Order: sequence, then C-alpha cells, then structure tokens
Amino acid sequence: MTSASSPVATGDIPLPPNAVAARGSSYLDGGMTLRSWLLTHDHKRIAILYTLSITAFFFIGGAAATLIRLELATPMGDVVSAETYNKLFTMHGVIMVWFFLIPSIPSTLGNFLLPLMIGARDLAFPRLNLASWYLYVGGALFTIAAMLLGGVDTGWTFYAPFSTMFSNTHVIYVLAGVFVVGFSSILTGINFIVTVHKMRAPGLTWFRLPLFVWAQYATSAILVLATPVLAMTLVLLAVERLFGIGIFDPNLGGDPLLFQHLFWFYSHPAVYVMVLPAMGVVSELVACFSRNPIFGYKAMAYAILAIAVIGFLVWGHHMFVSGQSMYAGVVFSMLSFLVAIPSAIKVFNWTATLWHGRIVYSAPMLYALGFVGLFTIGGMTGLFLAALALDVHLTDTYFVIAHFHYIMVGGSVSAYLGGIHFWWPKITGRMYSDRWARFAAILLFVGFNFTFFPQYLLGMAGMPRRYHEYPPEFQTLNVLSSAGAVILALGYLLPLFYLTWSLLRGPRATANPWKATGLEWQTSSPPPEHNFDTVPVVDSPPYAYRPGVISPAVVQAREGTG
Amino acid sequence: MTASPAPALGIAGQFEDVRQRHAAATLGMWIFLATEVLFFGALFFAYSIARAQAPDAFAAASRHTNIVLGTANTAILLTSSLMMVLAVRSASMEARRTTVMLLVATAVLGVAFAAIKLTEYRLDYLDHLVPVLDFAFDPRYERGARIFFGFYFATTALHLLHLSIGVVVVLAFAWRTHRSWSPELPHSIEIVGLYWHFVDVVWIFLYPCLYLVARA
Repeated sequence: MTSASSPVATGDIPLPPNAVAARGSSYLDGGMTLRSWLLTHDHKRIAILYTLSITAFFFIGGAAATLIRLELATPMGDVVSAETYNKLFTMHGVIMVWFFLIPSIPSTLGNFLLPLMIGARDLAFPRLNLASWYLYVGGALFTIAAMLLGGVDTGWTFYAPFSTMFSNTHVIYVLAGVFVVGFSSILTGINFIVTVHKMRAPGLTWFRLPLFVWAQYATSAILVLATPVLAMTLVLLAVERLFGIGIFDPNLGGDPLLFQHLFWFYSHPAVYVMVLPAMGVVSELVACFSRNPIFGYKAMAYAILAIAVIGFLVWGHHMFVSGQSMYAGVVFSMLSFLVAIPSAIKVFNWTATLWHGRIVYSAPMLYALGFVGLFTIGGMTGLFLAALALDVHLTDTYFVIAHFHYIMVGGSVSAYLGGIHFWWPKITGRMYSDRWARFAAILLFVGFNFTFFPQYLLGMAGMPRRYHEYPPEFQTLNVLSSAGAVILALGYLLPLFYLTWSLLRGPRATANPWKATGLEWQTSSPPPEHNFDTVPVVDSPPYAYRPGVISPAVVQAREGTG
Repeated sequence: MTASPAPALGIAGQFEDVRQRHAAATLGMWIFLATEVLFFGALFFAYSIARAQAPDAFAAASRHTNIVLGTANTAILLTSSLMMVLAVRSASMEARRTTVMLLVATAVLGVAFAAIKLTEYRLDYLDHLVPVLDFAFDPRYERGARIFFGFYFATTALHLLHLSIGVVVVLAFAWRTHRSWSPELPHSIEIVGLYWHFVDVVWIFLYPCLYLVARA
C-alpha cells in the first residue's frame, strides 16, 4: 500500500505527467483474481465493484417496473393480484432508491474520480471504503432476498402505522437491510468529506475544484447528516412493530405525523443526494463538449451548497395533506419555491456555457443535454406540487410519479449514463462506438418522455398512484406509457452490449481522448494504482477550455465515424 | 497492491505525511460524531414529542426509575471521562505507564457503568417495568408509561452498545500502549477520547430525560 515502503516506488522517479501515458502500469494490472477485487483498497477497483452491483440491482428494480407497466396496460387487474402489485411497487421503490439511485453516481463515478480530480492517491480511508461496499452489498442482497421470498407491501415509504401494526409482510427484514445500507452511505460520506478537505493537491484551492467535486462534497454532507435520521426512524419502526411501543400508532398513544416528519427529514434531502451528483457530472460534460469554461463558476458552486442547505428545510411539502399545521404548510411551500432559485441558476448557467461554444453532439453531451431538459421539466412540475392549493388536488396522483421520475430517472439516470460514457475511456482504457451510444441516448430520451409525460396528464385527470386497476377512460394514456417503457428499456439495455464490446474489442484510449481539462485526464488511461506518478501541482482555475480546440476523437465522433 | 499491506503504524500510502494523516483522522471522527448527533437527535426528538403528548404519564413513569443508581452512574461516567482526558494528556507527554493505567481506569469505570446499568434493568424487571416482558402500572398512566419505558430501554440500550464499543477500543489502545510505544499513539488516543466523551455527552442528555422528569 505505501508507496514509500514499496520496492518499486514510482514516486521516486519524477516524470512529466503525460510521459507515463505511453506504457505505465494500470490499476487493472494488479490481477483479475477474485481476491484482488474483493480485498482491494484501491478506490478505482471499489468503484468497479459498486458499478457492477448497482447495475445488477438496477435491472432487478427494472424488472419490477416492467411488471407494473404490464399490469397497467389494461384497466383490469389481469396480470398480478392487488397484493402482488403492492409488493412490486414496493420492491421497485426500495431497490431503485436505496440500492441504485443513492449510491449511483457517488459510489461509482465519485469513488473513481474524486481522488483523481483532486490529485490524491486514494480516498482518505481506503479500508473504510471497502467496508462501505460490503455493508452495501450485504444489506442490499439481504433486503432483496426478503422481498423475493415473501415481499413487502408498504411502499418504499414504510408509512406507519400500516407498516408497524397492519402489514403482514417481511417489514422487519427490509427495515434491517435498508438500515445496514444506510451505514454504507454514511461511511462513504465521511470518506469523501475528509478527502476533499485534507487530500487536495498543492495549489488546488476550493475555487479551483471541478464542480463535480463540489457536488460530491455537498452530497456527502447530506448523506452524513440525513441518513442517521432515517436509521433511527427505522429503529423506531422496528421497536413499535416488534414490541408494541406506541411511537407512531395513535391507538397505542403514538403520533403518525412524527413518522412522516422523521422519514421525510431524510427522504427529501435524499432526493438531492440523487440529483446533486448528476448536476456535477453534467457541468463537466457541458463544459467539455461546448469547449467553454463553465459560465458563472462560483455561482454554480454556491448553488450546489444552497441546494444542499435549503434541501434540508423543505421536507414538509410531502405532508401538505397529512394534517400538519397550515402555517407549517405555508412555510414549507415557500421554502420549496426557494430551492428552485439555485436550481434555476444551474440550468441558466449550463445554457450560458453553451452560448458561443463549439458544441459537439457526442454521446455524453446528448445525455447531458437530455438531463438539462428533463430536469427543467421535472423541476418546474415540482413547483406545481409545492403550491399548497394545487398540491391538494395532485397529492398521490400520477402527477407526483411523473414529477419525481423526471428528476430521478430523466435527470439522474441520464447524467449517470452520460458520466459513464464520458469517463469510460479513463476507467477502462477503451473507446466505444459513439454512434451506438448516441443512438442509445436518443432512445432513452424518447422512451423516457413517452413513458412519463402521459403520467402527468393522468395525474392531472386524477388517476391515483399505487392501484393495480383503474377506470377505463385512463387506458389510452396508460398504454402510451407502457409502450414508452419498452423503448426506455431498450435504451437501458443497449449500452450493456456496445460497452461490453468496447471492453473486449474497443480501440485503446489515450490519456485524454476528449481533450478535457481536469487532473483525471492528466494521468494515463486507465490510471496507475496510485493515480499519479508525480503529485500534480495546480496553478489555474478549472475548465480552461478555449472554443476551437477540439480533439481528433471528438472530431471523429462529430463526423459520425466513431 | 494489497499484497504488501501497510505496516500497522506506518503512514498509509494515500497520505503525504503524518500531519496529513492526523488531520484526516481527526476530521473523520468529528464528522462521524456529527452523524451520531443526528442519530441520537432523532431519538430525542421522538422522545420529546411523546413526552409532550403524555406529560403526566412521563412524570409518573420517571418517578419509577432508579434515581440512586442512575445518579451513581452519571458520576461514574463523568469520572471515566476525566480519566480519558488525563490519558490523552499523559500520552501527549509520552508518559507511557501512566497512559496505560489511565486508559485501564477509563475502561474499568465504563464496565462499572455497564454492570450497574444491567443491575438496574434487573430491578426494573422486578418492578414490572419492562414492556413486552412484564409491565404493570397505575392504569391512569399505563399507556404513556409504557411508551416512556419503551424509550427508556431503547435509549439506554443504544447508549450501552456505544459504551461497550468504547470499552473495547480503549482496552485495545491500553494494550497497544503497554506493548510498545509509537509516535502515532498520542494522536490515536486523542481520537478515541473524542468518541468516549461523545458517549458521555449522550448520557448527560439521557439522565435528565429519564430520571429527572418529575424530580427537578
């Protein structure tokens, strides 16, 4: 582990950063044995472990969604029973929220890139990083086993007292699994915060950090401060369910609103855990593929922090019809409008970054532009829901479903895939077919809108969520939605094929195929075990792009020959 | 890569020097404690809501806690924190034997706390104060008192779990200090101290919430 004590300390030989790109050793040279992966302390290998696990969980969660859309193709409950339907949407929610979206960008791209972007050899606590993956996989597998061997019908929100006193399903096991996965989030958050504070390369001041790093930092702060509240909430649920102590159930002297307050105190900030890292990714992509420095860099950094802070103060907008005080509702509504301001700053600044840039519509850029559009729609409809009076009508309808899928799937998943494509050459050392990738990005965008835009209309018309049957007049839009889901599924499956091809047959990537700025591009692809052969020194702000300077790979992508 | 693990007390490969390592470890512990504050914070919040809804029952139930043992335990835990602070100080002055003795004293007081707490649980059981197992209370307050004792056992058990982890870690450092001195130790012991004091602070909040509701 220690470069100082290792006999082949690469740090002893000062080489210019690009010299190693030709024939350096990479982190993948350490072997392909199971042991070399499962006992690794290398943040890059742990990132790969996370990527494989979240991808597997994503497709399990996706399978549940497939069955949901299949059921909703007709008004009658003809595919699954109501009980099974309840278990399916619970499974979909639990897996997608906790085992895919929350860890998605931070644990994969963040884990891989954070040390590289700040010029560090690893995260501050490599062993903790590995422990975090084990907690995650252990907890997730346990939960999924419980959900497959019986299931849970509470919805991912576990509302009490249904979850504590009435549901006859495997609630306790699922609570336990999610509890354990929560600690994985916390440990990752601690690791990232300490790394950003203490491990930056010489000269890398806070305002020279890439926005991706800012986003990971803010996300980590949320993980560290919100997740423990969820953990305790789950403990209290278990105490009520197992021992009949009246904490949430009014029949026992408890308070059901208390549950909602505690739950959303975590779960609303958790939305920002899903979207802030996506914003970080998109900032990198938009700057690189418009060959322009990020417009209003400082405003972007402050906006990230503002979203993280205000995000902690808006949880009550999930509870407008719960019976909380009207005054609380007004305050939460106003604060929810407030969070739109930094979000809008980000959208405007991405747009302004495109202005007078030399825009290249390569695959990562298509994903990024898709993010900006879909996030804008998702964010705007969020304002509908933040309006007290309108929300009464829209609560628990498909409008809410469409809104948060625009943010989490249209937004976060698009950005995640954009990031995977952007950094793929760095991670694997291989190029992929940009033409296929662009096709997948467009498929995803079209399929996504086809799936979820009809759900806005259904929600406006009053179709409630979480029922496996519905009145026949809603069928047309539901069929549209289900058909769109097929296209969306193709958009998700396609990358599996061409990226696998890239792994096996793809042309070798150079150190910096996109001619991007950022320290991660100054080391070889894939990077050596300790990332840099010499510690980089930073003396300039990020995103030093000049319109006009584009790389051969980018030209190739642009001309469709890639 | 992992084939050559870092020597136990050397500088791990990701750090430039010892100072960077110390700074990282200290910040890491503080952030972990921030997490813990929110973790217990949610519990205290739930307690406050429950108490506000049944103030009389909470007062009545609180009178049935064992104030003598609870107060004794408060004193014991505070003394253990004093020992810990002295251990941190003597470690920084590289007084090895004193450090070992103080760390052992800290752990012994921690064990004493746990022993008294378990005794108290037994007495609570004999007083029919354990929900689920055996609970009987003045019917006027029965419902609220059950909730109070639910919180009583949940909070003290969680605190006890944290304390037990602390005792194990403190003893491990006592053993390490006893076996051989290393320049890393003062800093590591300081970080253990942060954790120990946190566990103490949790108790400082638990004590009035559980024992002093109607005795103030």
